[in-house]
Parts: sequence; C-alpha cells; structure tokens
Amino acid sequence: MIAHWRTQWQLAKQDRRVVYVTWSLLALVLLLLPFVTGMTLGHGWVRIIDFALLYIMLALGLNIVVGYAGLLDLGYIAFYAVGAYLYALLASPQFGLHWPVWAILPLGALTAGLFGVLLGAPTLKLRGDYLAIVTLGFGEIVRIFLTNLNAPYNITNGPQGISRIDPIVIGGVDLHRTYHVFGLNIPSTHLYYYLFLGFCLAIIFVCIRLQDSRIGRAWVAIREDEVAASAMGINTRNIKLLAFAMGASFAGISGGLFAGFQGFISPESFTLFESIIVVCMIVLGGMGNISGVILGAVLLTVFPEALRYLGEWQRLLFGQVLVDPNDLRLLLFGLALVLIMIFRPSGLLPSVRRERELEASDSVLEQEQETLYDRQR
Amino acid sequence: MTASADTLPHPPSTPVLSVRGLCKSFGGLAALTDVSFTIQPKEIFGLIGPNGAGKTTLFNVLTGLYTPNAGVMTLQDHDLLHRQPHQVAQCGLARTFQNIRLFANMTALENVMVGRHVRTRRGVIGAILRNRATVAEEAAITARAQVLLDYVGLGKVTRQLAKHLAYGDQRRLEIARALATDPTLLALDEPAAGMNPSETLALRDLLQRIRDDGVTLLLIEHDMQLVMNLCDRVVVLDYGKKIAEGKPAEVQRNPQVIEAYLGGTFL
Repeated sequence: MIAHWRTQWQLAKQDRRVVYVTWSLLALVLLLLPFVTGMTLGHGWVRIIDFALLYIMLALGLNIVVGYAGLLDLGYIAFYAVGAYLYALLASPQFGLHWPVWAILPLGALTAGLFGVLLGAPTLKLRGDYLAIVTLGFGEIVRIFLTNLNAPYNITNGPQGISRIDPIVIGGVDLHRTYHVFGLNIPSTHLYYYLFLGFCLAIIFVCIRLQDSRIGRAWVAIREDEVAASAMGINTRNIKLLAFAMGASFAGISGGLFAGFQGFISPESFTLFESIIVVCMIVLGGMGNISGVILGAVLLTVFPEALRYLGEWQRLLFGQVLVDPNDLRLLLFGLALVLIMIFRPSGLLPSVRRERELEASDSVLEQEQETLYDRQR
Repeated sequence: MTASADTLPHPPSTPVLSVRGLCKSFGGLAALTDVSFTIQPKEIFGLIGPNGAGKTTLFNVLTGLYTPNAGVMTLQDHDLLHRQPHQVAQCGLARTFQNIRLFANMTALENVMVGRHVRTRRGVIGAILRNRATVAEEAAITARAQVLLDYVGLGKVTRQLAKHLAYGDQRRLEIARALATDPTLLALDEPAAGMNPSETLALRDLLQRIRDDGVTLLLIEHDMQLVMNLCDRVVVLDYGKKIAEGKPAEVQRNPQVIEAYLGGTFL
C-alpha cells in the first residue's frame, strides 16, 4: 500500500504546482501545530511535541550509524548525555558559568563527536552482536561517570543532577518566557518548538545531502560488505569513525537543547532504556530512510503519552479504572512493537532501496509478460 | 627470474607487478612458500593450481588482507608491503572475489560508483553544501560508472539491485566495479566460475578488450580452456610453491604440473 502511495506521489510530483501546494501546506501545518495543539489538547501536548522533535534529531543521528553504516550502537544516549551535561556545566550556577547558547551548542556537537570517535576507535574491528555489547557498556560507563563525578571534586553533582540551568536565549529572546506579539500569546513551549523545528530541519537537510553523496555511498558499502569496500579503496577506518562522529554530534546538539529546555538534568535521563527506545524508533520507522526514522521518532514519543489517557478512557467506558493505566501502557506499547515487527518487518516506511527492490521485481514481471505477449502474436 | 626471461612476450620493461620470495603461513601451515614472479605491462597472467594450492591466499596477500611473513611485492614503483587494502587499491591494484562480494542492496550503478571512491575526494562539507565542485565530481562519477557498465555489457540494468542480477551479470558487475578504481593491474579470482560456455566466451572477449585498453590482468582460473586461450603466461602453484612458469602450452606439458593436477599415481 505504501509503495502504491509512493508511486502515486512520484506521478503527482511531475506537476510543479502539486509540489508547491504540498510543501506550503506542510509548512503551514508545522507553523500552526503548537497553537492548534495547545488549544485543543492542552499545553502538555506542545511539550510532548517538543520532545518528539528532540527525539527526531537523536534518531536521525543514530540512523547514520545504524541505518547507513550498519554499526549497531546500543550506547547512543551517552552522546546525548555529553551534549546535555556540557550545556548544563557551561550555563548554570554549578560552576557559575553562563555561556551563550550559540557558543555551547557547536562545542557540544564537537565534544559529542569526539566521544563518538573515542567509542569508535577501539571498536573498529567489531561488528554486530559484539559491537552492540561494547557500545552498551560505553553508554553505561558514561552514565556511571556522571553519577559518580561528585567526589573528590564535584563536577556533575552526582545523582542529584544539575538544576537551575540557564534557559536558552537567542537574540535577546528568552525562551522560558511568554511573549505577546500582535495580541497573540506565545508561551515558552511554543518558542522552543520553533527553535527545535529549525534545528530538526537543518539536521534533516544534512542527512538528505549526505545520503546520496560519495560519503553516504561509502557508508552503505561498508554496511553491505566491509572487505569489498576496503578492496575498492574505501578507508573503512576513517569512514566508520566519521559515521560515529556525525551521529554523535547530532545527539550532542539535541542534548544541549534538552538541557536548556528542561532546566534540570540528572543521570537518570540517560539510561540504557533511552538508547533502546532510540534504536526502536529507527527500526520501527524504517532503518536508513529519513522519513521513516522521523515517523518512528514521532510515534514512539507520542504513542506512550497518548496511552496515559487509558485511565480516563476506562472510566468513560466502564465507569471505573479496571487495570492500572501505567501497567497497561507498557503492555500495549510492547504489543504495538511486536505487531509492527510481525507485519512490517522492515519498518513502517522502508528505505528506498527496498522500494527499488519492489520496482525491480515489477519490471521483471512486466518484461516476462511482454515476451509472453510477443510470442503469442 | 632468468628462467622466465626468454619466455617474455614483450622486451623486458619495468614490470607491473613483481613478487619475490613471498611466504605466508597460518600457524604451522605454510600456505605460500618462496613464491616469485613478475608480470609485464599489458600481459594476461594466469595463476593456476589445484584446490588449496594457495592462489586465493596469494591474492589476499597482494591486496593487503593478509600480511606476508617474508618477501617483497612491488606494483610499478609502489611497495605493496604493509599496506592496508584501501591503500593497495589507491596504488592501482583492483580485485574481484571468488565468491562474489557485491554490495547486494545497492544498484548496479551505485556499485560501480563506489568503485570511484578512491579516485575522488569530496567529503562531508562538500556533500552538505553541494557546491559546484561537488556537483561536477558527482556527475563525473555517475557518467564514468555508466560508461563502465556499458563497457561490460550491463548498460541496461543500471538501476537493478546487484542481488537481482543474473549470476554471470554479477561477475561482470564486479569487474566493472574494479575497473572503476582505474587499476593498472586487475586481479580476477575465478571470473568464469559457474558460467556456461557462451558466458565464458563473452567473458574472454571482455578480458581481451580490457587488456587491449591497457590494463594488465592477473587471473586465477580453473577453466583450463579459458586459461590456455587467454593467458600469455601462467604460474602454477601447488601446496603453496611455484612448480612451473611459462607459456600455457609449455606448462601444460610439464610433468610436475600433470602430477599436481592428476596425482602421482597417474605417471
């Protein structure tokens, strides 16, 4: 069915007007989304959308490592933590530093990228299960460091985490305040939404540009066959490290934004479970496909939140709460994951390579039918 | 060395590849013992021998997948010792694999485009900015890949995934991908394996065409008819040792070679 929509879209795209109208509609929806959501579902949901955007950045970063280069990384959240802690340390009363955001975010991306190389370098010869275990260990090491770096010198403030982190201020606009523009109330969550959306679009742009480039092809070649890739002159070491660094730097930016948005971070936000959720996002959405990964990130952020309403729904349906909504939430979440993996094993929106696969088999069928037809004549 | 001097098809010039005293052992097993030979420019050089003779090991040593225990290998003026596989490709030695190793989920065109990686240089910044130099390079990569696919006769299946190609086409795609690295020496590991007679014939034409266009060929092959018809010179390996070298017709009559292939009891 999705393949059918894609073909329809390919056909419709030939008309320029269709493209313009679609894109302007999409832009309008994205522009109005926080206001519409805020009015209908409440401000809590705008916050959830903000988180969805942070997760999109994370998932797109991990997609470079897992989806393109085929290196299963189960400790990815560590880079998110690096970005978040860097922001927290440089813009909070912890050290009395209050750096501006435009200085911290690039530094966060760079530092996280460096950590990516740090993780990548010793694991260059590992693949599959072995790599997964080492990266998992790496993620835990970073978390444990953050928990314990409060003695003898207090750097991270240990399990209590760092609070009173400076809000993000851009061009004099404090994103933690509510602004009134032309009689319109723009609350803080909305401002963060636009900021995150901007970063998201930038990261999507980078991903799109990379995937059809010389570097993007080298990543996929390494995923497909590392020995052949090196025999074709690809420096597999550098290209793999590049994948780790690029993926990690996206997480670093996302982490910095997260710290500024939350105002408080602690090691608890960076558990193994978070890493696994991000992996789920890309597997579920469609590994290696940008729109699939975005869809996966949005669904896996929004769906668990929506399930919080289970208690209310039960009260509406049965007049009482039969099952604890929190238990039911995780149960249904797991069920949804299992179902998707059964019915769409390559993700909700599989990558274009899969689509080509279908195309190819179609054209082979057509050719066969044509030759049959010719023979009958 | 002197033994082969009189069998040279061309007057002696700088050899494309020269291998001297190459040894490689895995634990106690000597896979290659003191192997020496030289390949002249524009030669089609055959490497034959019974199964397990060390032919593929020799390929893997040459292309940097294994490190030799002793010996010297030079490709034109590049020392091939202690080089990573990608550096070997950079020096101008490209190879194919005995059991086809294509990038299965990439299209035929993309497979060949990957081969251009080593001769191109735009990186991440170029890809993101998509500046004029990057666009031009990308266009050149695509054009060259298309030319090479036409060259090996796959011009019509460029958008098919590699894994969907017919077996013989996959072998030819591997050759196109290797040619994309602009090699001076192309090393083919059993290119005719699993091909039917007409495919083998087409392959022979292709290899001759590649040689005529200036690429030297090193060929591991079990199809003796192909070897006899195609190769200018051959080296015979048995248990990791060179047992004969010369023109195919001479080697064919060499009693040691016959013994290696058919067993001692035959004589």
